[in-house]
Amino acid sequence: MILSGADIVVRTLIEQGCDVVFGYPGGQIINVYDSLYKYRDELTHILTAHEQGASHAADGYARATGKVGVVIATSGPGATNLVTGIATAYLDSIPMVAITGNVFSSYIGSDSFQEIDITGITLPITKHNYVIGSVDELADTIREAFRLAVSGRPGPVLIDIPKDIQIAKCEHEPKAPCVPDERIHADDISIKEAAECISEAERPFIYFGGGLISSHAEDELMQLADLIDAPIGCSLMGISGVETDHPRFLGMQGMHGHYASSVAMHRADCIISLGVRFNDRVTGNREKFAKNAKIIHIDVDSSELSKIISPAYAIRGDVKYTVKKLIEYLAPVKHSQWWETIKGLRAEETAIMDKREGLTPLRVMEQLNRHLLPDTPVATDVGQHQMWAAQYLNFKKSRRFISSGGLGTMGFGIGAAIGAQIGTGKHTVLVTGDGSFGMCLQELATAVSYKIPLVILMLNNGVLGMVRQWQTLFFNEHYSNTVLDRKTDFVQLIKAFGSDGVRVNNIDELSPALEKAFSYDGPYLIECMIDKDEFVLPMLPPGGSMDDIIVKVGD
Amino acid sequence: MHEFTLAVLVKNKYGVLNRVTSMFRRRRFNIRSLSVSETETDEYSRITVTSYGCDTEKCQLIDQLSKLVDVCFVRELADKDSVGFELLLVKIRNDPENRAAVRDTADSYGAETVDYTRESVILKLTGSTRKINAFIDLMRDFSILEICRTGVASLERGNTTIRKIKI
Repeated sequence: MILSGADIVVRTLIEQGCDVVFGYPGGQIINVYDSLYKYRDELTHILTAHEQGASHAADGYARATGKVGVVIATSGPGATNLVTGIATAYLDSIPMVAITGNVFSSYIGSDSFQEIDITGITLPITKHNYVIGSVDELADTIREAFRLAVSGRPGPVLIDIPKDIQIAKCEHEPKAPCVPDERIHADDISIKEAAECISEAERPFIYFGGGLISSHAEDELMQLADLIDAPIGCSLMGISGVETDHPRFLGMQGMHGHYASSVAMHRADCIISLGVRFNDRVTGNREKFAKNAKIIHIDVDSSELSKIISPAYAIRGDVKYTVKKLIEYLAPVKHSQWWETIKGLRAEETAIMDKREGLTPLRVMEQLNRHLLPDTPVATDVGQHQMWAAQYLNFKKSRRFISSGGLGTMGFGIGAAIGAQIGTGKHTVLVTGDGSFGMCLQELATAVSYKIPLVILMLNNGVLGMVRQWQTLFFNEHYSNTVLDRKTDFVQLIKAFGSDGVRVNNIDELSPALEKAFSYDGPYLIECMIDKDEFVLPMLPPGGSMDDIIVKVGD
Repeated sequence: MHEFTLAVLVKNKYGVLNRVTSMFRRRRFNIRSLSVSETETDEYSRITVTSYGCDTEKCQLIDQLSKLVDVCFVRELADKDSVGFELLLVKIRNDPENRAAVRDTADSYGAETVDYTRESVILKLTGSTRKINAFIDLMRDFSILEICRTGVASLERGNTTIRKIKI
């Protein structure tokens, strides 16, 4: 059938299995919006308040569902507003397709109104991007974008469509949804060698990250851990990949990682790392990182294998497939002595736990845990509250912790929470701080308009807590520009947006507030007033090693 | 640290060179020379990159190149298994006192005079990067006005090809 380029965009999205897109209209994408109107029964469009919110929503949708998140924006400022969202998805390897309009092809290069070189701008933050040169190539390019977004190491792909291409017509032939490229099979010999190394280990440790989740290898991970009797730790991106309560799971690694997990990895003699990239927030001082261990690094992206550390065994392959193979070459073992050590570390961890009562971050998260269902998605913003959520929240199901790890994007949370809610259909939680929330709070309008069942748990300390923590520890308490001292009344604010909320000054008020929030039909804000000098602990100072770990500050 | 040469076959579309060089810039790879040319087929362009670094850096460069969607083949061209040349044009002041010495040096390197005026001479030399560097070094004894060199063009010896075409 003969269709316009705009119709082809929408038909191809539907063909690829897309049921919801996030976006914001504008002059150079108006034709696509006309087609969205035409096909509105088959494809839902969620209108956000700002393109950045739409990009985070598409990202949150993708993280929670594993499907490709789609965002649409107009040219110029519409496109540039996507940049932070695309970069966030890129740094965390999230499959996303961004579609932007652009001016008429004949105007491109002349600085016409709302013209911007968005493919140039997004070159370093996309897996790939395209400017469509002819309507004939439009459908296949969108299909290729979907395939690229999910194949191998996932990531965002951008398609820039000049207005004349949206208007032009051509013959359109529907096709089946694209299939991802075949999973990369690791070479058998190196898997065998790694298996030998694991068999010889006395203190094995499994360390996994977001790559394990994107490869859907959660079950294989547990099989491997049971077989070789290993404890498990993860990066921030790995959280929720293993049930938090699982006896083998010691928690997060890194700058604010769990004590037992970090020390255990430091003492291990063999680290099996699955879908991680040894970010500096995890390794601290690279020279001193896991000195005693032979590292087996399994990742789908070969460029990660030698980028930061030199592993003893570097295996390029899909994590799920490779771990499955690895299991075939291993026999069951027990490491009772190693588990004695770990028991000791856990006892040390319990001893240094924050024991204060009251409205402290730990107690707030404990209360929230009591209200979480096994499949409740929890999105976060970035900062201290993010680390507390990562440290203290209990997850039962994979893809339920939605957080900006690599880029650390303040303002990510509310958009991502909206996307995760729409993707899963579950009552969703956003854990945020007053700083981060201030960055993209206009998306409250979106949450209210679409009646998104969303519990917004804000930890309000009146300061930019994470930076303040550094200023306290490393900058002689010079609180340069981190004391917000704003007069914002967040409860009145959400009321003004058309919803409701409550301020909590006392821990006893929190549980009833959460109860109300989880039964509320729409976004409900709980503003927890916490102390400005709460710390995220333990802490590995930037560039430090395990010897420098800070577990307690002052008294 | 050592020097190495990579041949990279990329899709022959506009913007591809920008994708490649943008990656070099943002990941801080050291590039000694880079040349781009048409190939035996319209489908591909060929980029020849000379870079230096340790083996890990070389592997990173190859891996990061291979990740670019428009990059189709990457191959290291080791000195012993390949032939590589570049072209140099050097403009020298035509100083009567040095005229004979310039001529002698040029002759011993097999450099050809491609332009000759009362004020200046342009010499053309083809050869390995090493030979060209040595020649430039000698020319510095005279008055160099301008230098332009192409970067390396290189092919593997024997019947192997980057696209692994059966011959």
